[in-house]
This record gives sequence, structure tokens and C-alpha cells, in this order.
Amino acid sequence: MKILYFAWVRERVGKAEEVVEPPSSVATIGELMSWLAGRGEEYAYAFENARVIRAAIDQTHVRPDTPIAGAREVAFFPPMTGG
Amino acid sequence: MTIPVTIRLQSADFDAAAEARLLTQGRADIGAVVSFTGICRGGAGADAIAAMTLEHYPGMAEAEIARHAEEALARWPLMGLTIIHRYGRLVPGDNIVLVVTASAHRTAAFEAAEFLMDYLKTQAPFWKREERAGGPSWVAAHADDDAAAARWTPGKTSSSS
Repeated sequence: MKILYFAWVRERVGKAEEVVEPPSSVATIGELMSWLAGRGEEYAYAFENARVIRAAIDQTHVRPDTPIAGAREVAFFPPMTGG
Repeated sequence: MTIPVTIRLQSADFDAAAEARLLTQGRADIGAVVSFTGICRGGAGADAIAAMTLEHYPGMAEAEIARHAEEALARWPLMGLTIIHRYGRLVPGDNIVLVVTASAHRTAAFEAAEFLMDYLKTQAPFWKREERAGGPSWVAAHADDDAAAARWTPGKTSSSS
């Protein structure tokens, strides 16, 4: 699946997007964040306070307990500050 | 009759007066237009902002704004709606966002404009990065913005009745 990062999550990870293949045991957004956090120092830093990070599946806001099955595009970002 | 709705994300500036005029020209049924413009603030002293960069999530930003525009049209008797949000690097004094609502009477126009701004601030995927003398920093989300957005959701605010 395609993963997108925005704002300081993007800066900490060091890339704007990538394609990953998490194991089938990774079932939810929260579990995906934990799995990503284990991929290296920069990921651990980006997801060190996972509770503040928001997520979207296929461009719709979702919660940490949302299943990722069937997701094409998952995005992680800080709370929004537009307007 | 189809209600004219314009939603634009752009790096270029906009003309608030011209956008409001576009909604009302040639019509005699609109009695109220509310136009809100959000502007990049500079601040003062060591805390002064030299510039601000607005990052957004292309695709989702348009979809989120369209979804809230539809909700506004369902909740208030609007006769026209324009939302423009800029992205990219802005300096103090630059326009950031425009919401224009048109209706027969003022209450619907005022309320719909406020509803849309509250949701743009908390739900639309935009992030502000400010440049100061001490270096750049991402703007933190404000709890009062969340509270302002929550009051439009029935059952989420203590003052709802």
C-alpha cells in the first residue's frame, strides 16, 4: 500500500511517500503506526507520540482502530491547522 | 435550480470583492452575502513571522472541503457558496482563505460561513509552517478551534439544546 506523510511527520520520516507491504498481522491504523515505528530511527522519531498523529485511508479521516484491509492509500499527519 | 458552488485550491491570490460580486450579479433573490477572508498575520518583536508556508494534501483537501460544502448546503438555505484556500509560501498581509455565502436572509449566510471556517481550521488537511528569526516551526493545533468546530455537531457541546 502507498503511505503518504505530511508536515512534521514527513520531515521526521524524511520522505513524502513510499510503498510498503506490512505483514498480515498488521490489521489497524494503530498497528500500522507501531509497525512503521519499528522500521528505523527516523520512523521511531516520527511516531514516538502516535496518539497525536492523525490518519486518513483513501483520503477520508479515520481513527486508530480502523482496519486497513483494502486500503490503497494511507496518510499520516499532525492535527490540521488550515483556515 | 442548481446552487452555484465554487471550490478552489490555488497558490495565487484571490479578490474577495470580485468573488462576492460573482455570486450576486444578475440575481434579485439574494438578500445577504457574508464574506470572510483569513489573512496571514505578522506579529511583532522577536516573535514576528517573516513568512508562512501552507502544505496541503492534494485530493483529500478538495474532497474534505466539498464534503463540508455539501453539509452547509443541506443545513442552511444557501443560494451560492464560494470557498478558496491558498497553499504555498505567504507573507504577512497575504490572503489565506475565503468563504463567501449567499442567502435570502443574513442568519443562514452568517452561520454557514462560520460553520465552514470552523471545519476548514480543524478538518481540512492543511498545515501551517511559520518562519521566524529563530527558525521555522509548525503551527500547533488549538483546542479552542476544536471546540469551535464541535459546537456544530449535535450532542458534542454542553450548550446544545
